[in-house]
Amino acid sequence: MRYAMAIDTKKCVGCSDCVIACQIENEVPVGYCRDWVTETVHGSYPMLELELRSERCNHCDNPPCVRCCPTGASHVVEGGVVLVTPNKCIGCGACIESCPYEARYSHPDGHVDKCTFCIHRIRKGLQPACVAVCPTRCMYFGDLDDPSSEVSEMLRTRKYKVLAPEAGTKPQVYYLV
Amino acid sequence: MAPFLLVLGLFFLFLDLKHKLFFWRLYTTIRLESPMSWGAWVLMVITPLSFLWSASYLKELVPTWRWRWKFLERLEGLVIRYRTPIAWVMILYSLILGIYTGILLSAFNARPLWNTALLGPLFLVSGLSTGAATIMWMSKIHLERRLFTRIDLILIGIELFLIIHLFMGFLAGPEVQIEAASLFLNGRYALPFWGLVVVMGMVLPFFLEVLELRGKKIPAAIPAILILAGGLIFRIIMVEAGEATRYLY
Ligand code: SF4
Ligand code: SF4
Repeated sequence: MRYAMAIDTKKCVGCSDCVIACQIENEVPVGYCRDWVTETVHGSYPMLELELRSERCNHCDNPPCVRCCPTGASHVVEGGVVLVTPNKCIGCGACIESCPYEARYSHPDGHVDKCTFCIHRIRKGLQPACVAVCPTRCMYFGDLDDPSSEVSEMLRTRKYKVLAPEAGTKPQVYYLV
Repeated sequence: MAPFLLVLGLFFLFLDLKHKLFFWRLYTTIRLESPMSWGAWVLMVITPLSFLWSASYLKELVPTWRWRWKFLERLEGLVIRYRTPIAWVMILYSLILGIYTGILLSAFNARPLWNTALLGPLFLVSGLSTGAATIMWMSKIHLERRLFTRIDLILIGIELFLIIHLFMGFLAGPEVQIEAASLFLNGRYALPFWGLVVVMGMVLPFFLEVLELRGKKIPAAIPAILILAGGLIFRIIMVEAGEATRYLY
């Protein structure tokens, strides 16, 4: 099993519903977020192209954050999902410095926090909150080892990219372009 | 002095943790892949050892000193008897500790400035050089001072070589590392790095030390303080600049 997400940059309208859904679902403290939307502009006025990306932890297949963690608080569970156990985390920040995507933040309680792919929902057979709420349905979540899953289907039929592949982290959030 | 400086350092490390009450979690696992886990365990061993070591010399320094409890006397006897093996263990551990900071930073692959195998050796040599400078400064024995001045000259030479090599590597590397190097070549950190660290903290004390060895009267404190300050600024700049470098996408 290899959980992954595919996000269609052509469908995303940058509404940030995914951000708010995540904050509510995961009780993210006010002023923090586990996912966020970035805009990149190519070209020069008036010939512009805008790319919108909903970004989050990439649940890397080769996660440097897990490698650097001195206590084992950052760890990998089923489907390659990377999680943090708050009461094992000492807040040293090693994982924050080792993540090329700035996916982690320091929770006001002291431990580190980040996207969990909503593993608590997946285990119940639901979709992650951001995927479920997206009004344009631009996100697909599923198992890459299952060729009939929606993500597998998308990655088979569409062109895609991942962020900073040269970092060697093998990110598992794919952007359809 | 060493054990107290170690404890001061430990205290600062502890202050830097954001989830302090859980710090003991470091000692419920050994994670071979994580440099910080290594560092934590090395400190666990070397801190008490360095206290024992220093304490075993207390009677030589303060002849009237008496240990209050019997078992401390016995412990002292034991330490004095096994001084040589303990010294070897401490040398080994202090080498690991010296290289640890550099390796810790170089393992963070999200920070292109740190992510180079040269950082460990560079931090080690810079640490050894500040150590030699401290002995040079504090020692009352003329021969010892001369010896450590010589050692320090060699260390500064190695350090300069490693720094040049570091930037050569960056400039021949991927885009993110070229960016990182440019912070030092024409960016924000160029002046403090080349001015304060390289010239004031390495080249200048190098010449002062040479003059001193040639018999000129130069107070040992001057090159020593320059080296110590240079070593500190070097660390501050590397940490700060490293945090500013990142992957571009
Ligand atoms: S995106 Fe960052 S936090 Fe998430 S698994 Fe990769 S390195 Fe770790
Ligand atoms: S901050 Fe917490 S999760 Fe991150 S490396 Fe340190 S102990 Fe591990």
